Amino acid sequence: MSINLQALFAQLLVGLINGSFYALLSLGLAVIFGMLNIINFAHGALYMMGAFAAYFLLNVLGIGYWWALIIAPLAVGLFGIILERTMLQWIAQLDHLYGLLLTFGLGLIIQGVFQNYFGSSGLPYAIPDELKGGVNLGFMFLPIYRGWVVVFSLVVCLATWYLIERTRLGANLRAATENPTLVRAFGINVPRMITLTYGLGVGLAALAGVLSAPINQVRPLMGADLIIVVFAVVVIGGMGSIMGSIITGFALGIVEGLTKYFYPEASNTVVFVLMVLVLLIKPSGLTGRTA
Amino acid sequence: MTTITDNAIATPRRAVRDEMIALAVMTALLAVVPLTGVYPFFVMQGLCFALLACAFNLLIGYGGLLSFGHAMFLGTAGYVTAHALKVWGLPPELGIVLGTLAAASLGVLTGLVAIRRQGIYFAMITLALSQLLYFVYLQTPFTHGEDGIQGIPQGHLFGFINLANPNTLYYVILAGFLLGFLVIYRAINSPFGEVLKAIRENEPRAVSLGYKTDHYKLLAYILSATLAGFAGSLKVFVAQNASLTDVHWTMSGEIVLMTLVGGLGTIYGPVVGAFVIIAMQQYLAGFGQWVTVIQGVIFVVCVLTFRRGVIGEIAHYFKRSL
Amino acid sequence: MKNKISALLLGTASLLAFAGFASADDKVVKIGSLSDQSGLYADVGGPGSTLAAQMAVEDSGLLNKGWKIEVISGDHQNKPDIGSNITRQWFDVDKVDVVVDTPNSGVALAVSNIIKEKNGIFLNSGAGSSDLTNAQCSPNTIHWTYDTYMLAHGTGSALTKAGGATWFFLTADYAFGAALERDTTAAVIAGGGKVVGGVKHPLNTSDFSSFLLQAQASKAKVIGLANAGGDTSNAIKQAAEFGIISGGQKLAGLLMFITDVHAIGLPVAQGLNFTETFYWDANDQTRAFSKRFQDRMRNKQVPTMSQAGVYSALTHYFKALDAMGGNSHDGAKIVAKMKEMPTDDPLFGKGSIQPNGRKIHPAYLFEVKKPSESKGPWDYYKLVATIPAEEAFTPLDKSTCPLLKK
Repeated sequence: MSINLQALFAQLLVGLINGSFYALLSLGLAVIFGMLNIINFAHGALYMMGAFAAYFLLNVLGIGYWWALIIAPLAVGLFGIILERTMLQWIAQLDHLYGLLLTFGLGLIIQGVFQNYFGSSGLPYAIPDELKGGVNLGFMFLPIYRGWVVVFSLVVCLATWYLIERTRLGANLRAATENPTLVRAFGINVPRMITLTYGLGVGLAALAGVLSAPINQVRPLMGADLIIVVFAVVVIGGMGSIMGSIITGFALGIVEGLTKYFYPEASNTVVFVLMVLVLLIKPSGLTGRTA
Repeated sequence: MTTITDNAIATPRRAVRDEMIALAVMTALLAVVPLTGVYPFFVMQGLCFALLACAFNLLIGYGGLLSFGHAMFLGTAGYVTAHALKVWGLPPELGIVLGTLAAASLGVLTGLVAIRRQGIYFAMITLALSQLLYFVYLQTPFTHGEDGIQGIPQGHLFGFINLANPNTLYYVILAGFLLGFLVIYRAINSPFGEVLKAIRENEPRAVSLGYKTDHYKLLAYILSATLAGFAGSLKVFVAQNASLTDVHWTMSGEIVLMTLVGGLGTIYGPVVGAFVIIAMQQYLAGFGQWVTVIQGVIFVVCVLTFRRGVIGEIAHYFKRSL
Repeated sequence: MKNKISALLLGTASLLAFAGFASADDKVVKIGSLSDQSGLYADVGGPGSTLAAQMAVEDSGLLNKGWKIEVISGDHQNKPDIGSNITRQWFDVDKVDVVVDTPNSGVALAVSNIIKEKNGIFLNSGAGSSDLTNAQCSPNTIHWTYDTYMLAHGTGSALTKAGGATWFFLTADYAFGAALERDTTAAVIAGGGKVVGGVKHPLNTSDFSSFLLQAQASKAKVIGLANAGGDTSNAIKQAAEFGIISGGQKLAGLLMFITDVHAIGLPVAQGLNFTETFYWDANDQTRAFSKRFQDRMRNKQVPTMSQAGVYSALTHYFKALDAMGGNSHDGAKIVAKMKEMPTDDPLFGKGSIQPNGRKIHPAYLFEVKKPSESKGPWDYYKLVATIPAEEAFTPLDKSTCPLLKK
């Protein structure tokens, strides 16, 4: 029995790692949704771009992992800002479904272009030397890098939460979501705020991409399937609150980890099944306002 | 008769006349295809996708519900029909009925869940549900995973119509398409369709008028699922296989694209859109993955500058409803 | 009326065309290289297979004897529908005689069925499904390079004999993974080994840590990866992260190509075991071919076993055509002739084709070199064991191919 308990702990910890990615991605989606009222279907593609940015920084410019953690989200975030300025802002007044269709198309373009140039099999990205190796926790062998991913993404999530819920900038942002006209009357540049928010959401996706580069092969389609799971996470948590999306992200990672232990065949469907259950019991999602 | 509102510029009677003319022209064009030397398999595939896109359009164009998971109906019906024909050895008509019923039942089940949320949530939920089904089909033995169900016998419809003959098959598929198309046309122009449009335009208002909007939406969803399944069952006879491609989310995306290109909420738009996209895949196949990029570009261009789609623009130009 | 006339004219024209093509001493051949040109299998088959087909044409010597041979290529994008459409059109409109390569089992089985219907020839090199020569075999199909049975059997028995007595499987949870696991298990047990456990993982898993932890805890000597493509790469990469190889366990990939090893890189892939039927650095002849091949490839990669198989299969096809003195365009007849003749080519050596369409030749168990052992680019493998042709593939008496029951 004690062996089983050990294995259980190990799976819980491993689940947290996946949860970090869910949390970072659903947080980005929630931030964008809050301000722009669109679901960013290109999120998976932008996550992939983050990983590729890290790869290029290392292999073309010789810039390592640590700088990539800063530069890649900035670069991809800037790309997102360009997308918002050149395209998304023009459809802001239309039905939200058009935003969804537009970002879906953008995702296809980005993934297709990368697939053409880099094939599908993927490129290697090594774990930075400082984080190589692992520690034996007694119940499992924990690679240091994985521990780092959990801690770092938790910090980023909480910082984002603080920025939006506890600072003056965040207060303006939330106010602008509720009533853009009024906020504009106070002399605040709402369109610029929207643009920067999109950049922030995209940057979070890219950051998740950099974090995952050393764990997974850097592949053009790495975000395509992941993002559908994240959508289910978002439906479960509801996009009303920042903290809600963070907690749901980590929680579902753990649930998935447990499923991998008890019934591995269902580990890729468990999130969707949970989504169905939540919809049947509480249609607005666990923390969300009704849409 | 001088009030001008959106597409409905034409008076109802004239609109009906225009639509009838268009229907006659379309039927005539499609009926002579085998005589023209156009490759019939291409047109048959186009017809199946056209029906699929029309079914999808019933939801988005008239109900305002964007489903990002319609591939699940196409694929489910395809698998069931294929299994019925190949493993159980059932005749084609029974295979089609079973496949369509399977899609309808799936429509009931997923509809009850998905209809609980609107707008973008609805899109995300349908996408997630279809992904759930994709994994289920990947793992269940009867679909043969990545190999798919292959070499499906076409058989004899009603015991005497030989579907292995390409020309015969063509007219059977055409008849199936027209049947589905007319069902949709009737649904749109019935009181049921009017209520759907009312819900799309202003749901709270429709509720206040005493309509149980959820019932109407669910019905539209199930009808759409059933017809999409019908298209999937027909497609089995053309492709002679059923594979995971048909349940993958990329297929759902293509269905959306077909309808968007042809014109959301137009009757003939999805038909045109389906043929445009299928032709593109066929003739641009040499470009490989660039096809994905081109599809993405079409999405973006359509949303930014061409929201009415091909038929929508034509209808707008001639001030007709098509 | 007008339509009827044009239809009649069209019909007559196509009849005439057909009659023209069917003349006996016809020396026109059209080859279609149907592959995934830009997706998952593009490096394994793709443009490299088209090049291999082209080289087979040039090396056949038939061009000097007055033959007209053309190679065209198509991209099935891993979709059975698109693959079927291209094949149908190739036979109906473009008058293609033979289709080669075609990775992706789903597409390959669909194509095989159509080619049987059209009485064409299908020389499959890229797909793994052993169904092609079992339940779904066809008198028009020859399965050339490898199949899942041979991969599983080769790796399973050879590695067990080499001391890997206990196994743990990471299996992709679908038909392909299950077949690999089943066949490997049989070989392991036959070799005196034992399977101590296994876990099924969903297809396209990005995170293998849970599964690897269980594999590690099992203390099995060999961890068998009954999966493919991205799943295999991710599992190998993460196994290195969890210190599995350094902990003394061996990893066995059940479906790997040299391009996969190239993508993962030697530091991570070292010590990995798997079976292939062709390695570019095996002997002087393979090295000479690979050198010519590399010079003409855009990405300068060496030929994979799939691409080498395309060359080898077409070489044999041309020998049969030459022996028959002309192209009868009768697929089944030409395939029957090919089965009659023993095979011998510079890449796969001597071999033969079984009545069910299975081409047999020796298979090789390789281990990936350490970075320090590798002397240059693409110097990746060292040979562990050679499995003779008769043992490598499904024994004829176990084949479920209906063609054998006569």
